[in-house]
Amino acid sequence: MEPILKARGLVKRYGKVTAINHSDFDLMPGEILAVIGDNGAGKSSIVKALCGAVIPDEGEVWLEGKKVNFSSPIDARDAGIETVYQTLAMSPALSIADNMFMGRELRKPGFMGKWLHQLDRPAMEKFAREKLSELGLMTIQNINQAVESLSGGQRQGVAVARAAAFGSKVIILDEPTAALGVKESRKVLELIQDVRSRGIPIILISHNMPHVFEVADRIHIHRLGRRLAIIDPKQHSMSDAVAYMTGAQVPDGVAA
Amino acid sequence: MSDNENYEAAVQSASTEVASFEEQGKGLLGHFHHALHATPSLVPLIVLLSSIVIFGIVVGSNFFSAYALTLILQQVQIVGVLAAAQTLVILTAGIDLSVGAIAVFISVIMGQFTFRYGIPAPAAVICGLAIGTGIGAISGWLVSRVKLPPFIVTLGMWQIVLAANYLYSANETIRSQDIATDAPFLHFLGRTFELGGAKLNLGVVLMVILVAVLAYCLRSTAWGRHVYAVGDDPEAAKLAGVNVNQTLMSVYMLVGFICALAGWVMIGRFGSVSPSATTGTFGNIQSITAVVIGGISLFGGRGSILGAFFGALIVGVFELGLRMAGADAQWTYLLIGALIIGAVTVDQWIRKVSA
Ligand SMILES: Nc1ncnc2c1ncn2[C@@H]1O[C@H](COP(=O)(O)OP(=O)(O)O)[C@@H](O)[C@H]1O
Ligand SMILES: [Mg+2]
Repeated sequence: MEPILKARGLVKRYGKVTAINHSDFDLMPGEILAVIGDNGAGKSSIVKALCGAVIPDEGEVWLEGKKVNFSSPIDARDAGIETVYQTLAMSPALSIADNMFMGRELRKPGFMGKWLHQLDRPAMEKFAREKLSELGLMTIQNINQAVESLSGGQRQGVAVARAAAFGSKVIILDEPTAALGVKESRKVLELIQDVRSRGIPIILISHNMPHVFEVADRIHIHRLGRRLAIIDPKQHSMSDAVAYMTGAQVPDGVAA
Repeated sequence: MSDNENYEAAVQSASTEVASFEEQGKGLLGHFHHALHATPSLVPLIVLLSSIVIFGIVVGSNFFSAYALTLILQQVQIVGVLAAAQTLVILTAGIDLSVGAIAVFISVIMGQFTFRYGIPAPAAVICGLAIGTGIGAISGWLVSRVKLPPFIVTLGMWQIVLAANYLYSANETIRSQDIATDAPFLHFLGRTFELGGAKLNLGVVLMVILVAVLAYCLRSTAWGRHVYAVGDDPEAAKLAGVNVNQTLMSVYMLVGFICALAGWVMIGRFGSVSPSATTGTFGNIQSITAVVIGGISLFGGRGSILGAFFGALIVGVFELGLRMAGADAQWTYLLIGALIIGAVTVDQWIRKVSA
């Protein structure tokens, strides 16, 4: 089976810092791929190189077998790749609905929308409310409240809802549950499985080993800017995974 | 599995109601705070209305006359249009020091194109609007593509445009009578009409329509939301799918266009075309003053254009009111200075999200 999203030999340097060091990447159709690694291993950098937020210095990326050269996140989004960034990418002063539809706003039908480009606020608000409810974010009282007035976890919830609502080919989640409470984390895991059951593959970066081992089909271990190994969670323990990613132990078949 | 390990299962029976709370008795101040938070242009509106009332009491009922109130509108029309332009740049967390210089230069271009080259006045006006947009495009390109700070770009542009204005015009003024006889179209925005005993001109109408149109665009179109997002956090806006460069470019070009409109308003207002009009040197500070008094954050992403409009009117009310009261003109500057600091203080208070 061909990977839906594939990268070979990616390199990204910031001055003297090498964030991605000749790394490969493979996401199979319909799978949940967890990416784990130490802080600073380059997990955020490599997924950003896959979704147009970082333009790699070297290397190639293929989506569904076709070579792609995303020059901005808009390109990747148009190709169906939706990302929840670690920084969330929200405009704090704007409302939840405005943020969910940023860059893909809905216009009113008829004259007002066609000629005066008027936003369809009611439709956007209704959609945003539905998506938040699906995620169990019931503590958000007002869909028009500014994102800056939400708690960190609520903000993360809104970002996840945005990606899940619009992703059509690949959804990338960079530490989506880091700031979430127990209930919201559980909802995000359910959502991830729900998205997979719709046939959409997911890249999940997380430090939460129990969650990773619960939902992942395969685990990509990232170390020192590159892919160290891919392991099957059914054949390795959590402590194996932690040992590999910290360098305490080398997985079978990997040259030390 | 022990109960402890299965703690997440309890989530199954979680409440599915959207949270709602009874509005607590926040008190009058709390409600006021909330209203200000929801509608940022309310503060300058309150200041505007109360300064009209105060001057009305101090100066006497003369101040409430249609004549006095329309005089204020007439006097703020140029700064009002420039403030509309300035608002757009400041919402993107930029600043434009060249607005007044562009207005003067374009008024000279409209005049000279008609009188030096014999181009029909309407065509000269269109050329002026196009050149103004072009100057904005250069600033926009330097800010969005070359990534230079807007302050530096427009500081340079201010000097360049002002010098170009003197060089091109050879420091020559076009007299009002000549325009009236040979190219009355240049005076178009100076045409006056009666409205309920008040005398208004088309420049004032243009200012009001401009503010209304921009208010609509900023609030109710995707472009407006992108302007706010870019000013709020450009990196987040980019990741979220906003074309940041294109948004900045559109803003600076629109600003150039609006400044060119202000140049045309100037011809209507002053009658003559003079390269040494004070707008060239003070237009930038006057427009920034109106914007700040209007409650728009210099850090970008917050505030409404109606606030800037009220800000311009507040300055006009102070100028006329103090003049009618016979006060030294320096009092105007002193009070405007206090108002600027006061506006930012109030802004900080409103900003507290606890409302
Ligand atoms: N924009 C940037 N400029 C400079 N260095 C960066 C930048 N982004 C990431 N890095 C560096 O690249 C390395 C990998 O970072 P990152 O991908 O965020 O790691 P992770 O997500 O695995 O914690 C770190 O050393 C980080 O300091
Ligand atoms: Mg990271």
